[in-house]
Amino acid sequence: MSEVQLKKKKEELEEEHPMEHLLRMERMPHIWCPTCGIGTAVTAFLMALEKSQIPLKDTAIVSGIGCTGRVAGYVKLDSFHSTHGRAIPFATGLKLANPKLKVVVFSGDGDIIGIGGNHFLHAARRNMDLTVVCVNNFIYAMTGGQCAATTPITANTSTSPYGNFEQPFNLPYLAASCGAVYVARWTALDVRRLAKSLTEALQKKGFSFVEIICPCSTLYARRNRLGTGLDLMKFYHDNSVIKHGADLSELDIGFQSKIVVGKFIDRERPTFIEGVNQGLRGVLKEKFVEYGGPIDDD
Amino acid sequence: MRFWRKPLDADKLQIPHGEIHIIRERCKGCAFCVEYCPKDVLELSTEFNLKGYHPPAAKNAEACVHCGLCELLCPEFALFVLEKKEEEKGDKSITPCKEVEKVES
Amino acid sequence: MKADPKRVLTGAHYLDGDHAAAEGALAAGCTFVAGYPITPSTEVVERMAERFPRVGGVFIQMEDELGSMAAVVGAAWGGSKAMTVTSGPGFSLMMENIGLACMMEAPCVVVNVQRGGPSTGLPTLPGQADMMQAKWGSHGDYELIALSPNSPQECFWATIKAFNLSERFRVPVLVMMDECVGHMTEKVVIPEADQIELYPRRYTKLSPEEYLPFKTGKDLVPEMIKAGDGYKIHVTGLTHDERGYPVMTWEAQEKLVRRLIEKIRLFKDELVDVEEEQTDNADVVVVSYGISSRVSIPAIQKARKEGIKVGYLRLIIAWPFPEKKIYELAQKIKGFVVVEMNYGQMVLEVERATKGKTKTILVPHGGGWVHEPEDIYKAIKEAAK
Repeated sequence: MSEVQLKKKKEELEEEHPMEHLLRMERMPHIWCPTCGIGTAVTAFLMALEKSQIPLKDTAIVSGIGCTGRVAGYVKLDSFHSTHGRAIPFATGLKLANPKLKVVVFSGDGDIIGIGGNHFLHAARRNMDLTVVCVNNFIYAMTGGQCAATTPITANTSTSPYGNFEQPFNLPYLAASCGAVYVARWTALDVRRLAKSLTEALQKKGFSFVEIICPCSTLYARRNRLGTGLDLMKFYHDNSVIKHGADLSELDIGFQSKIVVGKFIDRERPTFIEGVNQGLRGVLKEKFVEYGGPIDDD
Repeated sequence: MRFWRKPLDADKLQIPHGEIHIIRERCKGCAFCVEYCPKDVLELSTEFNLKGYHPPAAKNAEACVHCGLCELLCPEFALFVLEKKEEEKGDKSITPCKEVEKVES
Repeated sequence: MKADPKRVLTGAHYLDGDHAAAEGALAAGCTFVAGYPITPSTEVVERMAERFPRVGGVFIQMEDELGSMAAVVGAAWGGSKAMTVTSGPGFSLMMENIGLACMMEAPCVVVNVQRGGPSTGLPTLPGQADMMQAKWGSHGDYELIALSPNSPQECFWATIKAFNLSERFRVPVLVMMDECVGHMTEKVVIPEADQIELYPRRYTKLSPEEYLPFKTGKDLVPEMIKAGDGYKIHVTGLTHDERGYPVMTWEAQEKLVRRLIEKIRLFKDELVDVEEEQTDNADVVVVSYGISSRVSIPAIQKARKEGIKVGYLRLIIAWPFPEKKIYELAQKIKGFVVVEMNYGQMVLEVERATKGKTKTILVPHGGGWVHEPEDIYKAIKEAAK
């Protein structure tokens, strides 16, 4: 290598990506495959984090298990990598123990909706003050591409080798019917709109939910002969339709069907903490002692 | 049929210029940036990085309008765009794109 | 550190074990309880739900025990002293996140009011058959602490002790009650707050630049922070290094798991907590815990009247097991009689600890009712031969 090239390489390595202060760079490169969209979803999230101007010190991120479950490990916030499906209850505990925290749950479809489905329903019902970001790649990717609760009908996975014949969940419909106050869906390609939605979700009080349709190149695309993640991105480009406030029951995703994206729900409802505190104060009057968070010993 | 008009203050508006920084060793060659650059600035280079991927290179760096879409789409945090200041324009000592100068390759 | 007088219900009360445990948790500074209703433990969460809004604290009734335990681990990292309460079937569901608490070293307390099993078993009747599950229930290798109170008064103190031990060792501490103890109503004296000593959380004094979340000193227990302190730490259930970052190597596994085990085993002798009576020159020692220890007493008294030298040894801390104590006795006595409401769990530990120096007789019971003292008496006679 010539000296000029060496110098260039050195300069290049010293260059700092503007997102680096929000990332654990010592852990890079991350584990996600080439043309996986999770990294893009994280970039959009980091952008939203900056835009929303919530204090980073008071922000925590919780993930479950899976490819997207690794997000907590790369984001430089107080970050927790919990057990499979339990990111939402873990985050619930974190939030209730210290109500000043902004708690984000960032995990995959298998984690949040598959094994953790029950927690999702109840956290939305309670309007627990969490921002839940669900990266939906239609498959259990970390374990080798098994059928998920979001796998479109006829899609091939390693546990549905002749195609999946179970009806998948329609996540925005599910979230909204359980009581989420903010519901949006974007593909990983809609980075700017996604970042805007994530900003709104972060600023929203209560249970906000953003679904990100994300390419899985190694398993979903390959098994279904759809090319690479880039081909899936191209597919999203040609086949996603923005329809804000769309009829939620029409948001089902079929195999390589049109994908309706947009912001579907944005409403107000008292959060769990607000509701409980208000209710208890009403009943117990001056006897009510509100829990405000841990007392600093120092 | 055209649906837009020329802004009345078009002479005062300046199209921003971006300077694309590519941290090639981080790249996994997904080509999201190449595919979706609205100005078609980037292409995959023929060179390999240490991981064995072809990182992008700017084929038309001057055309960058600092929209930042490549930066947002990059799943590897391997690419970012800084706005090129006006006074720097035409200053030949500053390469428009750090990567583009494919010297003696 | 002393208890907060506002949270201590000083005075003499007539309480059942479940309510006494709830008062113990409040006195210990518990501010977070996540639970799911399950007989015979529900009274604990009912009391917490009633008392928390008057003293400050959050009770949330979760959707299931999986969520309850996960929320407890989250709350511990959020800065709360956290607890959950359950019985057999729920305890099984909690196992996953009890393992997470061990791995994340989250101080927390789990009260298990044991009932007859397996499966749904006997919801309203006693059992003591979760003792081995308490020790081994979650997958992988770990150590934790389990207490076993035998009266409402002791339920109060055991819960406080559980919180203190969980803070000191940063492990989940289990309070293994049984339905009889949980639903038995007796006099419970709650002292003044200044007589209740609490172990404060081991918060670090290091700056974020210096601090490594899983770096330890001599006692192998790392210092803690809470989310929101500005340390931007990463905590994972994966095998991790001192920074808390996942490392998938056998070396990292060896270092971490060994420390998680040794941080308890090093202090095993210090952790021994047994109640002993006339064991010094005994021929037979009756080993029991929980309600079974109280059922043993008439049998012991009857045998003593007949001149058999019977000692009484009750496990207050069941895990870690007081193996040294048992071995010492084993060298002097004719036999152990182990009384427990299962078909042989802690008896295996007693047998192991005797190293063949003496015989061990189990008085088993399937649960649902307590032992007949007569059966215990017969076993004592047998052991004394």
